[in-house]
Order: sequence, then structure tokens, then C-alpha cells
Amino acid sequence: MKAFTEHRGLVGPMDRANVDTDMIIPKQFLKSIKRSGFGPNLFDELRYLDEGQPGKDCSNRPVNHNFPLNQDRYKGASVLLARKNFGCGSSREHAPWALEDYGFNVVIAPSYADIFYNNCFKNGLLPVVLTEEQVDILFNELAAQEGYQLSIDLPSQTVTTDSGQIFSFELDEFRKECLLNGLDEIGLTLQDADRIKHYEAERAAQHPWVFGVIK
Amino acid sequence: MTEHTLYDKLWNTHLVKENNDGSSLLYIDRHVLHEVTSPQAFEGLRLAGRLPWRLDTNIATPDHNISTDKAERDGGIAAMVDEVSRIQVQTLDDNCDLYGIKEFKINEMGQGIVHVMGPELGVTMPGMTVVCGDSHTATHGALACLAHGIGTSEVEHVLATQCLVTKKMKNMRVSVNGTLGAGVTPKDVVLAIIGKIGTAGGNEHAIEFAGSVFREMSIEGRMTVCNMAIEAGARVGMVAVDDKTINYCRGRQFVPQGEMFDQAVSYWKTLVSDANAVFDIEVELAAESIAPQVTWGTSPEMVAAVTSFVPTLDEQPSEEKRKGLERALEYMGLESGQAIESIAVDRVFIGSCTNSRIEDMRAAALIAKGRQVAGSVKQVLVVPGSQMVKAQAEAEGLDRIFIDAGMDWREPGCSMCLAMNADKLGSGEHCASTSNRNFEGRQGSGGRTHLMSPAMAAAAAIAGHITDVRTFIGVN
Ligand code: SF4
Repeated sequence: MKAFTEHRGLVGPMDRANVDTDMIIPKQFLKSIKRSGFGPNLFDELRYLDEGQPGKDCSNRPVNHNFPLNQDRYKGASVLLARKNFGCGSSREHAPWALEDYGFNVVIAPSYADIFYNNCFKNGLLPVVLTEEQVDILFNELAAQEGYQLSIDLPSQTVTTDSGQIFSFELDEFRKECLLNGLDEIGLTLQDADRIKHYEAERAAQHPWVFGVIK
Repeated sequence: MTEHTLYDKLWNTHLVKENNDGSSLLYIDRHVLHEVTSPQAFEGLRLAGRLPWRLDTNIATPDHNISTDKAERDGGIAAMVDEVSRIQVQTLDDNCDLYGIKEFKINEMGQGIVHVMGPELGVTMPGMTVVCGDSHTATHGALACLAHGIGTSEVEHVLATQCLVTKKMKNMRVSVNGTLGAGVTPKDVVLAIIGKIGTAGGNEHAIEFAGSVFREMSIEGRMTVCNMAIEAGARVGMVAVDDKTINYCRGRQFVPQGEMFDQAVSYWKTLVSDANAVFDIEVELAAESIAPQVTWGTSPEMVAAVTSFVPTLDEQPSEEKRKGLERALEYMGLESGQAIESIAVDRVFIGSCTNSRIEDMRAAALIAKGRQVAGSVKQVLVVPGSQMVKAQAEAEGLDRIFIDAGMDWREPGCSMCLAMNADKLGSGEHCASTSNRNFEGRQGSGGRTHLMSPAMAAAAAIAGHITDVRTFIGVN
């Protein structure tokens, strides 16, 4: 996984609450057995006027010009500004894969669905939580100013606007470390392999019916 | 001594390590795999040159995108028309064969929707931690398990380490006491709960469902309720162990027998919240206040009693709510203030991990028996949750009842719950559905889902519109 320290980039809006993972990446794309290539189908139902199918070339599909991310001013956005409960619904990890593949490095929203939030960190995507008021401010500034950019700094846990406002955000130390160092979570856990084996042995003695039954 | 909730006990028993930042390493007893969320995990494992940590913990089956049509299904994987689906199911088979993971293959007895299969085979037992790359894993909590959905990277993590890096949730208890009226089912109870607390009500909490209504409820019914904990915002839903739990487990394929069973039971009996355990949130509902429920909108919290009306735009407390309602009504093609019972249905879906167990089949058959599907209804799919449910239903003659009524009796799978196979709604079509999600496009692009119980869905099929099932059974 690539490391994340800081990021400065163009902001794109997703101005509605409760954006679910079906909306982020419709289910027909879940049939892929790969982890990459979902970017062209991010927000598929909103972005295009026809129905998207896996394997269909997106470059000549009819585009919904009313969808903000399709507008020229947001082309190349790498910071997604969103509303509360972003990523709710099904647990599909294809949602962060699609966001990342599209080119987003950061999502900023007042809240996220738990599973989606977790999945972001496993894919090098930083989900920033700001208050509703702060997100309102950002949406207003974004609407008012073309080419609006934000700087996100992970070590200091801040979002900085070009006018110099600084918003702090919270996140787990552990998640932060992994993201900062691009650490593979499995490798990290396997450092505790002895501990896991020890737990297993004790547990097998206590609750033997949990072990050895599925063959 | 501190008093613990059921969730606290399950958590403590499985804790391998606590990190300084509050994240923890939790040991996983059962890992259930299906074709959609596992291929990338196996790919990751292979790329890193790792092997599964333990084999006797994983169990797999295809369910999400296999055909429910008998003709196509009988041909096995090779006959799968949708190429992408076929590759996915084949990849699951290949991965399970390669690593030696137990799989119930496409047409094998035992196959079924992951959350129907696990409990009925005794793969999941009380006191276990159970994960699956599917958000409705909470279903297994009906057996007093700590069960929840995980993402694909976590599937890989569990395969490789048998552990999950996670954080302890808070405790929430939803108590429903009293006696449910005739025609009011577990599905109505959980929809009413979601209507009350909202789809974010359980965020960051593990919900324990408690009270006389759940004590009286069958294990299948408890599964229906726990299944939709996720729609109430919680990853985990559970019900404490009682005699029903123990009797349900006894004799199942992967449950120990004899002395070891007794040993297990004496542990299982401790899986209840202590009398004075403290919950961060307590919610109470009176059973008598719950009528059969129907969702009218595009979120499970947009739900109402079948006898009531779609909310009106003027009564909305805020502009945001008004806008949300307006958008939902537009998508659903409904009028503000319209009677719920006036909504006509084009298709009916009886199935999904929420409501495809034998009791659900029986409840729907009771309504369908001797009646005919309305001429205006294009299709009624009855999809058993597993091969075992299918066999049982056929042994009881339920398939005949459905077929005689003009319904389709299908092969087990997720089917029109998420429309990843050919079972889909057309744009603008209304569906009386026993599944768990009514999001835009969930059952097919432009499709309009109304969630309800199996009996209510069967009644809608007969009437051609949403209707109060209680009039079918001589109540009201
Ligand atoms: S039936 Fe529906 S909710 Fe259940 S596992 Fe299948 S797709 Fe998911």
C-alpha cells in the first residue's frame, strides 16, 4: 500500500447525505474478480445517462452534464467533499477501490458508515471527519470559487484552505501510523503470530467444539 | 464484580491483544465466504505468498449471483449464462479447491445464502465470532454470536491471520415487551424498530434485542431481526442464549454431540447479559403498538403501518427532511399522503437472507394456499434460502401451493434481493419484497422496493396491491 503523508488537490462535490455504496459503485460491477479498474464506473448511475455494464467502454457513453463531477471545473478532483453518513449500505470494498481508482485521495464528510470508513484506510484513502458547520463552509467556498483546492496534512491532522483557515480532525493512532508508513496490516498482525497461537491453544482447551469440526 | 453485557462477554472471550489506541486484535472462530467479496482477497493472499492461517474455520458457498432458474441451474457452473458471474463462481471453486477450504458447491445439498446456510448447518454456534464479507452477517447473532460484515481486505486479513483488527463498539439494548398481534411477524418488529430509531440509530453500537417478544420468537424469527440490525445502523445484532437457542443447535451437522455438546451447552448458558449490566443506549417498544409494516420510500426508515399513509410534505419538520421526502416520493412514484394500501405491485419477491427460511416459506404458503396471484402482477418469485430449506418446503408440499397459486418456485440464492443475477425489477416497477434494502436501484435500475414480511408479500401478490394481511387471516 502506498504511504500517505500530505495531499493538496482540487476539490469535487457530492452534495447529498446518505450516499450509499450502491450509488458509489453499482452492484453489477461487483462481479469483477480484480481490485482495480473501477474508476470509470464510480457513481455510474449519476454520471451517465445509460445503464453501465462491466466490460462496457465508458469513453463513448452519454454523460449526465448535470452531475457536478462531470463539469470541467471539477475535472481531476482528488478531494471529495461529501455530506453525512457517506458510504452507507452494503459493505462492498469496491466503493473505496472505485474512489481511489477515479483519482480521489481524500474524502471529507461529517460522518461515514463504519465499514466504509474502515475500508478506506485499507486502501490508502483518507476519510476526514469535519463538523457539519465546517463542511458547510467548505461547500460554500467550493461553490463560490473555481479551481478550489484544499491541503490535507496527516501528521498534524489538519485541513487547510487557501484563505488560511485550518480545521483539525481526529483519527486513530494506529490507522494513522499504517497510512503514514504505507504498512500492510496483515504483516503487522503477523508480528503477533505467537500471541495468536497462544490464544488459540488456550481456547482449544476451553472450547474444543470450536475447532476441528469443518472438514 | 462488574456486570457485563452479552456483547462484552463475547468481546472479552475473543480478545487476543489490545493496542494502545483502542484498536484490538479479535480472534475469529468462523469465516464464511462467497463468490463476490472473496476473489480479491485470495488474489491478495497469493500475491503476498501467504497461506490461510487455519482451514477448519472457513466455509464457502456461492449465492449472490447464481441463477435461481431451474433449467439454467441444473447445468451447474458451465451453464451460467452471465459470463462475469460464471467466472466469479468458478474462481470461488478454484480458490477453495486450491487451499482446501470446505465449500458447498452450486447445486450441492448445504448450499444456500451464506446467512441461511451458516446457522442451519451448525457452522455458527453460540459464543462464536463470525465474519463474512457481507453486511448482513449480523444475522448469525440470533444464536448469541458476535457476527458482523467485513470488507474484502479484512477477508484477506482473517484468512491470513484468523484475527480482525477492530474496535470495541458501544452497547445498545432494544427491548420489545408484550404480545404481538396476529399477523405481526419478526420482520414487522424489526422494521418498526428501524422506523423508531432510524437508519443511523445504531451507529457504532452492538444491539442486543431483548424482552418477551424475542424470548417468544423462534430462532428463525430472531435471525430476521438480527439480519436488519445493519439497516438500523449497527454492524452487530444479537439475542441472548435460551433453551430455544440450544434446541436449535442440537443435532446440526457441524455441532458436537454427546459429552462435548453438554460441555458446550454449559458454556452457552452463560451467554446472556448480566442482570445489572449497563447499556449506553436503551430503546423500548411495546409489542401491542406494532402493526404490519411496509416501507414506502428509499431508505428502510421510511416505513409505516400498512393501514396508514405516506407522510405529507407539509408535516416535515425541516427543509432537509422535506427535500429528502420529495426525492423519495419522486423516485417511488408516490403522492404525498397516499394510502399505503393503494400502492399497486408489479412483482413480488419472497426470499433473501432476511426471510427465506422454512418458517417464512410456511407463512407465505399459508396466505397463498387456495388463492390466485392477481392478474396484474407480472411475477412472483419464491426463492428458498438454501437447498435444505428447499428440500424441507418440498417435503411439506409448499412448492405445490406456490405453483398452484401462480407463483414461481425457484432454486436457492440471493436472487432479486440485489439483482446480481437475472431476477430484476424493470424501471418504475413496484415490488413487494421480503428483503432488507429498498435503496434506489437495489432490485434493478429504477425499481421500487417495498419491504414487508413474507405473509404481507404473499397477500400483496394475491391482491395486486399492498394490503393488510390481517384481513386474510380473519383479524380486523
Ligand atoms: S440475500 Fe441479499 S442481503 Fe442477503 S446476503 Fe444475499 S444479497 Fe446480501
